[in-house]
Amino acid sequence: MTSHPYAIEAEGLTKRFGTTQALAGIDLAVREGTVLGVLGPNGAGKTTAVRILATLITADRGSARVAGFDVVRDARQVRQTIGLTGQYASVDEDLTGMQNLVLIGQLLDLPSRAARARARELLEWFDLADAGGRMAKTYSGGMRRRLDLAASLVGRPSVIFLDEPTTGLDPAKREDMWEVVRRLVTDGSTVLLTTQYLDEADALADEITVIDHGRVIAHDTPDGLKQIVGGQTLEVRPTDPSRTAEATAILAEITGGRVESPRRGTLSVSVPDDSALPTTAARLASAGITVTEFSLHLPSLDEVFFTLTGRSASDDESQSDTKEAA
Amino acid sequence: MTATLSREPTVVAPKPTAPAANRRFGLIRHSAALARRSLIKTWRTPEALIDVTLQPMIFLLLFTYIFGGAISGGSQHDYLQFLLPGLLGQSIAMAGISLGTNLNGDREKGVFDRFRSLPIARSAPLVGGVLADVVRYLILCAVFLGFGYAMGFRIETNTTATIAAVAISVAFALCFCWISVWVGMIVRTPGAVQGVMFLLVLPLSFASNTFVQTGTMPGWLQGFVKVNPITHLVDAVRGLMLGGPVASHVLWTLVWMAGLLIVFVPLATRAYRRRT
Repeated sequence: MTSHPYAIEAEGLTKRFGTTQALAGIDLAVREGTVLGVLGPNGAGKTTAVRILATLITADRGSARVAGFDVVRDARQVRQTIGLTGQYASVDEDLTGMQNLVLIGQLLDLPSRAARARARELLEWFDLADAGGRMAKTYSGGMRRRLDLAASLVGRPSVIFLDEPTTGLDPAKREDMWEVVRRLVTDGSTVLLTTQYLDEADALADEITVIDHGRVIAHDTPDGLKQIVGGQTLEVRPTDPSRTAEATAILAEITGGRVESPRRGTLSVSVPDDSALPTTAARLASAGITVTEFSLHLPSLDEVFFTLTGRSASDDESQSDTKEAA
Repeated sequence: MTATLSREPTVVAPKPTAPAANRRFGLIRHSAALARRSLIKTWRTPEALIDVTLQPMIFLLLFTYIFGGAISGGSQHDYLQFLLPGLLGQSIAMAGISLGTNLNGDREKGVFDRFRSLPIARSAPLVGGVLADVVRYLILCAVFLGFGYAMGFRIETNTTATIAAVAISVAFALCFCWISVWVGMIVRTPGAVQGVMFLLVLPLSFASNTFVQTGTMPGWLQGFVKVNPITHLVDAVRGLMLGGPVASHVLWTLVWMAGLLIVFVPLATRAYRRRT
């Protein structure tokens, strides 16, 4: 497994559709057996990148390798290695779930007995055994996604592309899908997952590449990414609002940072690590200031995106100063 | 990778022994699997067969009983004898239109993206669709001969010649339908495939000897009719079913078939591959 430490590598990919520069030179790297989350708003170029890596289209410039195979020169080997589930790659609605999976098995040169056995195994695994004889167009949204994903796993791919696998699913179904993705990685697969959901990337990915307007604007671990917006945040909420000023002074003295009040009665200050925590607790206690909240947390990925791009992750929402007040 | 989770049978992990054994005839096997897919779909939606069953019957009735008397100067039976082989040529050319429509739908729905991500020949989904269409063409021929017989059409040659007539019709359709496949790959909607194809097939089928003798047309039109591939097909089928010289008509039909394949198979395959 050391021959290709990276299951997916791409350098300087560009792609233009007419007047739209879908990709303006992006680099991607996914270590074997890990999950890379490619995060970005609608139209950032996520799907275009996946389509290039999955050999569906070719890049104007740049190069990419999947499992060590060039996506243009060794496209056939790449196709033997990958599974693609996407907004676009889809099952045939007029076939049953079983027929869809068997067809793909046959196209992957499985003998028909093996293709049927594999189809049954996957239907079972994705909780579709009872629906296997029904046409896919009768499936619910969640079932369709599961069948889509099952279809991409027929050939036991070692590299799996999931293009927005949970878009449009309700929260419970999303959790189910996440569980599936985690299982794939436990089984040793490498996953490249695109998403518009920051919590999804946070929940699944080992590393996250944030792209916007066809460019990579950040690449890091979820935690590392959160640190970009300034370490961690210590939040304190005195029980008695009249003692807020005293608490502010204590926090300022210990951390040497600027104390802000994101919400009424709550104080927050950036800290490099958790070393200030015990001192702060002790000083507040000795001053007799009780607190209803005392926490250290990483900024949310929403905040990260706002810091990186200057606008909210959800493009269509106004980026006025509606701070996420929970 | 320490597997601490209690695992159900692994769904992904180890690649099974590579099934490289019979990689040889990949295009044929994959096309056959995809043809079976098309046939399953046709079986599920028999109404998709209207254009090769009801429609030709209606055309036969319409042209024989409404125009037949006027065109042939009285005898509808004589006209039926003349018309049926011609109408077979026209209908079989039109029967390929729905293929382009279906393939266009596959492309729009993302089914093709799945196929394109698999290690199969790029042309396999197209070849598969074309192969499945053979069944439709055979149904069409059966309807023509069966319904025509009921209306009074009689073959004036023999069984071998009739089989040859059906064979050349189906073979021609298999070549002609690649135009439809190509159009299906380049236009945006299934409806547009129909529009474009009708625009092509209607003039080709009417400006031929399908419905009337070429000699009744003005000279400039005769020039077109004489090179029209449908004219050659119709002449060949007429000769094979009713007697008369067929050699040069069959030859020209074969030349046209080769030409259609040489031009439109690469065009269609390239359009399929290039699709973004």
